[in-house]
Amino acid sequence: MNHFPQAWGRPRDDIYGAYNPSFLPQSRGGYAQQPGAPITHTQSPVVTGTSVLGIKFKDGVVLAADNLASYGSLARFTDVHRLKHFNRKAVVGFGGDVSDMQYIDRLLNSLDVEENYGGSGGAKGDEESKSIMSAKNLHKYLSKVMYKRRSDFNPLWNALLVAGLDEHEKPFLAFADLLGTTYSSPTLATGFGAHLAQPILRRKVKDEQASQALTKEEAVDAIKECMKVLFYRDARSMNEYSIAVIDKSGVDLKEDVKLENQSWDFADKIRGYGTQTA
Amino acid sequence: MTSIGTGYDLSNSVFSPDGRNFQVEYAVKAVENGGTAIGIRCKDGVVLALEKLVTSKLLKKDANKRIATVDRNIGVVHSGLLPDGRHFVSRARDEASSWRSTYKAPIPVSSLANRMGAYVQAYTLYSSVRPFGITAIVGGWDAETELAVDGAVGSGPKSGSGGKTQGVKEGGPYLYMIEPSGLYWGYYGAATGKGRQAAKAELEKLKLDPKDGEAISLEEGVKEAARIIYVAHEDSKDKDFELELTWISSVSGPTKGRHEEVPKELKEEAERLAKKSLEGDDDEEEGKMEE
Repeated sequence: MNHFPQAWGRPRDDIYGAYNPSFLPQSRGGYAQQPGAPITHTQSPVVTGTSVLGIKFKDGVVLAADNLASYGSLARFTDVHRLKHFNRKAVVGFGGDVSDMQYIDRLLNSLDVEENYGGSGGAKGDEESKSIMSAKNLHKYLSKVMYKRRSDFNPLWNALLVAGLDEHEKPFLAFADLLGTTYSSPTLATGFGAHLAQPILRRKVKDEQASQALTKEEAVDAIKECMKVLFYRDARSMNEYSIAVIDKSGVDLKEDVKLENQSWDFADKIRGYGTQTA
Repeated sequence: MTSIGTGYDLSNSVFSPDGRNFQVEYAVKAVENGGTAIGIRCKDGVVLALEKLVTSKLLKKDANKRIATVDRNIGVVHSGLLPDGRHFVSRARDEASSWRSTYKAPIPVSSLANRMGAYVQAYTLYSSVRPFGITAIVGGWDAETELAVDGAVGSGPKSGSGGKTQGVKEGGPYLYMIEPSGLYWGYYGAATGKGRQAAKAELEKLKLDPKDGEAISLEEGVKEAARIIYVAHEDSKDKDFELELTWISSVSGPTKGRHEEVPKELKEEAERLAKKSLEGDDDEEEGKMEE
C-alpha cells in the first residue's frame, strides 16, 4: 500500500511485479496514444433515453417519447424532454445518448438561425412566401450528419425519428440512427418500442392507405396505448412523457403528460410461483 | 483639411501632423452618399428603417433586402458601400455563432457592438487594408425572461448550487451605431447616410430618453421611423426610393424578441401617415405634380 491514489486497488508491485497500465485510458494512468496507433472515439453511450414512437395519420404525424434519461439502470434524470421542436413543420425525437442529443439539438439550433438569414441576407419575410425547411429536408440533413460521423468511427449514439410535413405539406415520418441507417414507414418506433409498440401500431395501421384513413384522435390514442405498454415492459421507461402532434396548423407539443388508465389490480390475486395459495 | 495633398491622406493608418487618419475620413464621405438609415430605441423594442434608393425600374420591388438579421434578436442596417455592409453583417453573424458555441446563449447586443467595433477599428490600423465604407446601426432586444441554455435538457436544480436567483430581470432594447473609425456609442435614436441631419433633427424631437418619462411605444416608433425616412428623403425628391422597415419587440411583444420585418398592414399604415404629414407641410401644387 502506498499514498499514490492511481495505485490503489492494483496488485502490489513488490509481489506481482510492475503493473502494466497499457490497456487503460490516459486519464486512468494509461500511456499517451502512440503516433500511428488507432484513434479511439466514443465506445458506448452513457446517459440514455429509451424508445421514441411515431405514427402518421391522415393530415399529420404524432410523435412521443418519455421524459427519462437513464444512467445505466439508474433512473437518473426524470424531466428530460426528448422531443425537439424545429419549426412549424418538423419535430425530432431522440433515443440513445443524451449528451449526443444535446449536441444535435445545438446543431439544429444553429441550422435554424442560418436558415432564417435567407439567401439575400434579408430579414424574415412573409411567412407564406418563405420556403421553410420541411421535415423531409431535416431528415436528409440529419441522416447525412449521422452517416458522416459513423464513417469517421465516431458515431452520434442516437436513434432519431423525424416527424412533420414534407414540402407538399403531406405527413412525413422517417428514422435515422448512429449507423446512418434510414427508413420510413407509416408507423415507426426506436429501441424497445420497435419490439413492443410497432406490432400494436401496425395492427391499427397496416399500410400507407390505412394511415390516410386514420384520424388525429385515433393516432393519439394508439400512441398513448403504446406508451403504456412500454411503461409496463421496458425497465428504462417512466410514466411521464412528451407527445407532439404536427399537422397543417403547426406543432402541438405537450411535454409533461402522465400515463392514464394503468391496470395493476390483477396483481393482488397473484400468489407465489406455483403451488402457494395464501 | 489643410494637410490634403501633402501625402498624409494616401495611406491608411498614417497620422497627419494634426493627428488625423484621413483615409478614415474619406470612408465617412462614402457613408454620406448612401441612403438614410435610422434606428429608434423605444420603450418596448427597437425599430430600424432604411431609405433604399431605387437606381433602376428594372429592380424587383421589395426584393434585395438590405436590413439584415444577426442571430434571431438583432438587426443591422447600414449606409454606405453595400458590399462592405455585407461583409460587416457576415462577420457579425460569425461572432454571434461563435458566442453561442461558447456560452450556449444568444450574444447580448452590447457584446456584439463591442466586437464589431473592435473589428472595424482593426481596419484603421494597417496600410494594407482600407477602412469600412459604412456606418452600421445595430439594434436588438436582449431577452428579459430567463433563456434556456442551448441544448439543455431537464430543469436542473431548483435551489442551492446551480439554482436560479428569483426575480432577476435583465435585458431590454439596445441600439448602437458603429462608424468607419470603429467608434461606437449606444443611442436612443441614431441616423446615418445622406439625410442624417434632417433625420437627427426629427429624432431629437421624439421622447426617447427614459429620464424624460416613459419613452414612445414600439408602434409609435414604427410610424415615426417611416415619417423620418420620408422627411429625410425630401432633399432628393426627384429620386425614387423604397422604405425598408424592421422591428424587434420584447419577448412578450409582437415579434416575441425576434428581429422581423414590420408586417405589411402596419408598414402601409405608417407610410400613409408619413405621406400625409408631408403633404400638410407642402403647398397643394406638389401633390398635383406627382400625378
